[in-house]
Amino acid sequence: MNAIDIQSLSKRFGRVQALDAVSFSVGKGELFGLIGPDGAGKTTLFRLLTTLLTPNSGTASVDGFDIVNDYLSIRSRVGYMPGRFSLYPDLTVEENLDFFAALFGVRARESYDLVAPIYKQIEPFRKRRAGKLSGGMKQKLALSCALIHRPSVLFLDEPTTGVDAVSRSEFWDMLASLQQKGITILVSTPYMDEASRCDRIALCNEGHILGIDTPNDIVRRFDAPLYAVRASNMYALLSAARRIEGVAECYPFGEVHHLVTDRGFDPSRFLGQLNELDDLSIEPVVPTIEDIFIKWMKR
Amino acid sequence: MSDIVISVRNLTKCFGDFVAVDHISFDVYRGEIFGFLGANGAGKTTAMRMLCGLSFPTSGEGSVAGCDVQCEGERIKRHIGYMSQRFSLYNDLSVWENMDLFAGIYGLSKKETAERAAELLAKLDFVSERDTLVGALPLGWKQKLSFAIATIHRPEVVFLDEPTGGVDPVTRRQFWEMIYEAADAGTTIFVTTHYMDEAEYCSRVSIMVDGVVRALDTPARLKQQFAAGSMDEVFRILARGARRGE
Repeated sequence: MNAIDIQSLSKRFGRVQALDAVSFSVGKGELFGLIGPDGAGKTTLFRLLTTLLTPNSGTASVDGFDIVNDYLSIRSRVGYMPGRFSLYPDLTVEENLDFFAALFGVRARESYDLVAPIYKQIEPFRKRRAGKLSGGMKQKLALSCALIHRPSVLFLDEPTTGVDAVSRSEFWDMLASLQQKGITILVSTPYMDEASRCDRIALCNEGHILGIDTPNDIVRRFDAPLYAVRASNMYALLSAARRIEGVAECYPFGEVHHLVTDRGFDPSRFLGQLNELDDLSIEPVVPTIEDIFIKWMKR
Repeated sequence: MSDIVISVRNLTKCFGDFVAVDHISFDVYRGEIFGFLGANGAGKTTAMRMLCGLSFPTSGEGSVAGCDVQCEGERIKRHIGYMSQRFSLYNDLSVWENMDLFAGIYGLSKKETAERAAELLAKLDFVSERDTLVGALPLGWKQKLSFAIATIHRPEVVFLDEPTGGVDPVTRRQFWEMIYEAADAGTTIFVTTHYMDEAEYCSRVSIMVDGVVRALDTPARLKQQFAAGSMDEVFRILARGARRGE
């Protein structure tokens, strides 16, 4: 049995189709990433799966329980960390943890082994009010509270948004260790570079799933030649490259521009055609998740 | 020698015993895209607030677009453009009404407003959307409009505070092309971001750690200096040593 099964799930808010016939499954113990920008439908999907919303059509189950008919069973076995901080700012760190434990009818002490690797980092501040914590500490407290009843499935909605690169990396290390304990994790992020930390990912945009695969296999589905180009004037290169025949796309990509071309494209001819640019170079590159996302978005 | 648009020397801000910004010094030149990076809690926001005239330094000196950060906060606000992380135009007003409102706030005359709005609408290719409510525009268009409106009074420098957070990769790139274009036309850009690939687009990048500017150079020279393959690596090397949580 899969931990999560989703069949043609749709949700509309007035005229906005937030989620449009989405289907996929998440295996038990899997770390599954939903990758997409604001407006992709990530939060709506989380709220449907955690039974806070009901769908307009389609079905889904979590741990074998239907999200509409068995919502009470689902609520006791999932952990949910919403995108917005939603603990009680006037309660202390310790009080928040005890409160969430009490809600689920457990004692914080009994789950201590599970939350300890995360909670230990904020324990020195256990008498501080949650509202007075830094962003990184709030995030750790929210994760501790979401884990206190030993959920079998954990839903994390953009846990790393607005967090710096180093803290983001540490957070993913924590998720990997939770996965080791058998917890299924569905996590969303707008950062494409976090995709490699997941077992499988779904790229999503405007209520649709663009594609699902492992991080390694998804980029193999990029079906056009891809090059990295650079020149001393990168801005001039951008518009110049787009005028060259055989160039389908040229877009900034970190310190280089990426060039998507037709099959018959000849790099040496490209260099000759743009010889007015200083220090021009071109080399083939392996596509990244971001390249495939851009390609599928324009499909 | 290039024009200096922002110049700070030993700029410091304390909150009680806490030194949020600790003697930072740097110059930003006209037409530059200056990336202002730092770990959470490094003091970026506090420094940026001083540069925008929203908070006064405890000590040190600085000037932004020819205005003194110690005593000319109000004048600074009139000479800079600012675009925040969160979309901050009025969704219930049309494209033109938003332009008119912000032009009015910046003290443009009716005639200047009409001219400048026409110019921006043409440049954005938005002439047909003049009377469209901003709330009905796609995200990419809203971003472009926000940036255009931040420059409606032709400021010398525009501050962009994480302008691309949560934005899709296509829109993010369109936005950066607009920044390139503005810088190419002589507008100075001061930008913060959490996306390290965007740090590579900057002319120069400064990285703050624990209230101090720990590195400042072109992306190419920073990578060389720290023997790193990418700006992401440079950032990690510096931010790992941070002692402050946030």
